[in-house]
Amino acid sequence: MSKMHIHTTINGDEVDFLGSPQQSLLDALRDEVGKLGTKEGCGTGDCGACSVIVDGRLVCSCLMLAAEAEGAEITTIEGIADGDGLHPIQEKFLEHAALQCGVCTPGFIVAAKALLDRNPDPDERTIRYWLAGNLCRCTGYDKIIRAVQDAAQELAHEA
Amino acid sequence: MAEAVDYRYVGTRPVRPDGVDKVTGRAQFGADQNLPNMLHGRVLRSPHAHARIKKVDVSKALAMDGIHAAVSGADFPAVASGEIGGEGGGDVADIACNIMARDKALYHGHAVAAVAATSVEIAERALEAIEVEYEALPPVLDVLEAMAPDATLLDENCFTKNLPEKPDKPSNIASVMVLARGDLEAGFEQADVVVEGEYRIPMAHQGYIEPHACTATVNEEGKATVWCCTQGHFEFRAMTSKILNWKIGDLKFVASEIGGGFGGKTVVYLEPVAVMLSKHAGRPVKMVMSREEVFRATGPTSGSVCRVKVGAQKDGKITAAKAWLAYEAGAFAGAPVMPGAMSIFAPYEIENFLVEGHDVLVNKPKVAAYRAPGAPQAMHAFEVALDDIARQIGMDPLDLRMANAADEGTQAPYGPKFPAIGFKACLEAAKKHPNYTKPVPEGAGRGVAAGFWFNIGMQSSAEVRINEDGTVIVMEGSPDIGGSRASMGLMAAETLGVPYEQIKTYVGDTESTGFCNVTGGSRTTFATGLAVVQACEDIIAQCKSRAAATWSMDEDQVEWEDGQAVPAPGVNADVKPLSLADIAASAPKTGGPILGRASLNAQGAGASFSVNFADLKVDPETGAVEVLSFTGIQDAGKAIHPAYVEGQMQGGAAQGLGWALNEEYIYDANGVMENAGFLDYRVPVASDLPMIDTEIVEVPNPSHPYGVRGVGETPIVAPLAVAANAVRDATGTRINDLPLSPPRILAALGDD
Repeated sequence: MSKMHIHTTINGDEVDFLGSPQQSLLDALRDEVGKLGTKEGCGTGDCGACSVIVDGRLVCSCLMLAAEAEGAEITTIEGIADGDGLHPIQEKFLEHAALQCGVCTPGFIVAAKALLDRNPDPDERTIRYWLAGNLCRCTGYDKIIRAVQDAAQELAHEA
Repeated sequence: MAEAVDYRYVGTRPVRPDGVDKVTGRAQFGADQNLPNMLHGRVLRSPHAHARIKKVDVSKALAMDGIHAAVSGADFPAVASGEIGGEGGGDVADIACNIMARDKALYHGHAVAAVAATSVEIAERALEAIEVEYEALPPVLDVLEAMAPDATLLDENCFTKNLPEKPDKPSNIASVMVLARGDLEAGFEQADVVVEGEYRIPMAHQGYIEPHACTATVNEEGKATVWCCTQGHFEFRAMTSKILNWKIGDLKFVASEIGGGFGGKTVVYLEPVAVMLSKHAGRPVKMVMSREEVFRATGPTSGSVCRVKVGAQKDGKITAAKAWLAYEAGAFAGAPVMPGAMSIFAPYEIENFLVEGHDVLVNKPKVAAYRAPGAPQAMHAFEVALDDIARQIGMDPLDLRMANAADEGTQAPYGPKFPAIGFKACLEAAKKHPNYTKPVPEGAGRGVAAGFWFNIGMQSSAEVRINEDGTVIVMEGSPDIGGSRASMGLMAAETLGVPYEQIKTYVGDTESTGFCNVTGGSRTTFATGLAVVQACEDIIAQCKSRAAATWSMDEDQVEWEDGQAVPAPGVNADVKPLSLADIAASAPKTGGPILGRASLNAQGAGASFSVNFADLKVDPETGAVEVLSFTGIQDAGKAIHPAYVEGQMQGGAAQGLGWALNEEYIYDANGVMENAGFLDYRVPVASDLPMIDTEIVEVPNPSHPYGVRGVGETPIVAPLAVAANAVRDATGTRINDLPLSPPRILAALGDD
């Protein structure tokens, strides 16, 4: 089957790749572009481990075709830290021990970033519902929610 | 009880050594290993829950373009029976038939053949070209049906073990076991109240977010390297060696980061198949399961039927307790019914008891260890019955448990006398916890239950190396599933007396560090931690010896204090203390590089008890349960890194609540799981739960230098009965079976 030439911007870099018509954006990111930080937990949009931001929208990259990403700006976990340091969300995940095994963590951090980009001061309920599409089996979510709350405060301070 | 000790590093909450890699996407998990020239492997799985396999022909698949290997059961050697694996392993002959069926398919999804191709798509097309001839047999799907004398048999050669006499007929009951003490009848005669019930819980899955994955490469010398997500790469190597009849020395296993396991990654599924495919193809082969495959073909935990009868006096004293447990093993023997039987009465001092356990074959996936394997099902039954006793005699459920609580010196139901344990301390902490002293919110119900797990020791190794600048490398072999590198670093810092930041902890592969049993049984911080502490003590002894040589003293004239060699008190010497960095810098002159090591088979794992309670609200319209608050109290012995101890307690609570409220394997009449995905097998999400409050009790384990007991498994045990008891409190209706899903609750409330 012939492949398609897809042009994207990933974490600020222009990235072209060849993808097959049925390939998911997740598989293209992992297998064609080498962005292995985006994880597959289910492949059916139920776990959020593959969360990326496409043109400002949080999506499960397993539910989107790579071909649909033509011309899109994509942010993956590799693009969350800016320059020399970690993003405050990443810092707070570490400080609060908000990860145990860590496989869901990239998806949570990308999803939390998408939340705080549009709502810098979410209450606990808002955070819980926003992150309800991301499964974590280790933490019981407590420390994740606290990390996001703390990151929001930190970002508000910085602003 | 030992005195509480203040430590400098142990008990603090630093960032874990692997943290930055895990928040930036750098960490390499099972599916992240790619090699040049790599192929992709896929597995053909049985469409029948029970069938004789008459023929498997892979030749048409092998002839397809892009296919480089195709194998079926006939390509694998016959394997002799023998136990393998540290926790929840099983009989290696069964594991061999589980990873690739031979003459029979025993569950829907059982592996029948596998191919390796240049792409996943081509591999999947090739699976369709494999010809398999099945003779379908009726599936046996229910544990009680499976036990019936006329049941269809999974294995015509299975004769129930542990009966007084060898039975003359085969059975689906693989084994029975009995634990008993005292005079049951006399005990029930002394009782003022007796509660009896039958409690059923369907199969549930560990639900780790990372599917099983591995990449194997076999070179022309016949040496294999396998990268995989595993709870124990040494045991995966051993299993693969037995299953393929390969020498251990020809197999190297590298543990990737592991995206959760909870016991489910203690046995092989893909690894021997990937090695076999790679050998046939002469190229690396990567295999990654889909989520559907994880549900259908990896080990969930047993569905169970537990019957409990308990008698007590009006003052709360339990006079007799009886339990009958039947656990589904799945396709091969090995349900965790023994630990279930050993744990059911463990928190209590009971004079007269009897537990009968049954390990039962059914046409479902072979169960694997799941966090405190076997304990949640049995303890749910007993803790629910105790709740009913408390109601009947009008006693606070914590007081009832305190009236019977096991303590130091109590003869555990499973044999030994307990050393210092923290169950009473947990009950006391619960009784005065602000979440318990406050009233139950309007319209809600409160449930209380106790939890327990043995914890285990087993084999571990560790090496500690001192770099030229005095920084420290800790190398051990226990895959880090929840922050254990941080705990190792803290114990090393405390022992050596050097800052945590000066230490890096690594998990080595099977050729770069000594043998370690699985990360399981809540053993890692205890047993591997013990090895790390001993390896650090080895370093200290060597450093003292080098300082003594430098100062021309005897070794017993040198002490180690705050990370430095100093003259012992009373030794008159005009010398400056020598730090680890000083000693490392002069190492070339004092005997060469400094390397410490320890290996052990850890004894004296300390049992960990818990008390949990929660306030739940039931919506009478929908049957949905809302968790308003949850409080976990547990004896950790000593929390090396308290944040990760809390995390274990919170995670176990969430997992236990999921099991109690929603999670279950749903089968159709043909034995096909109907909810093999996270949409329909619904694990708790963030909006289902409140913050989960924790209180760590610390009654030190005398067998560990810092008092560690191990914490990972106990937290999942109590939440099942906590939820059941809270729903009873909220609705006035006792529902014996789990999960307490909306349809079950509505049906129960409708009956009133």
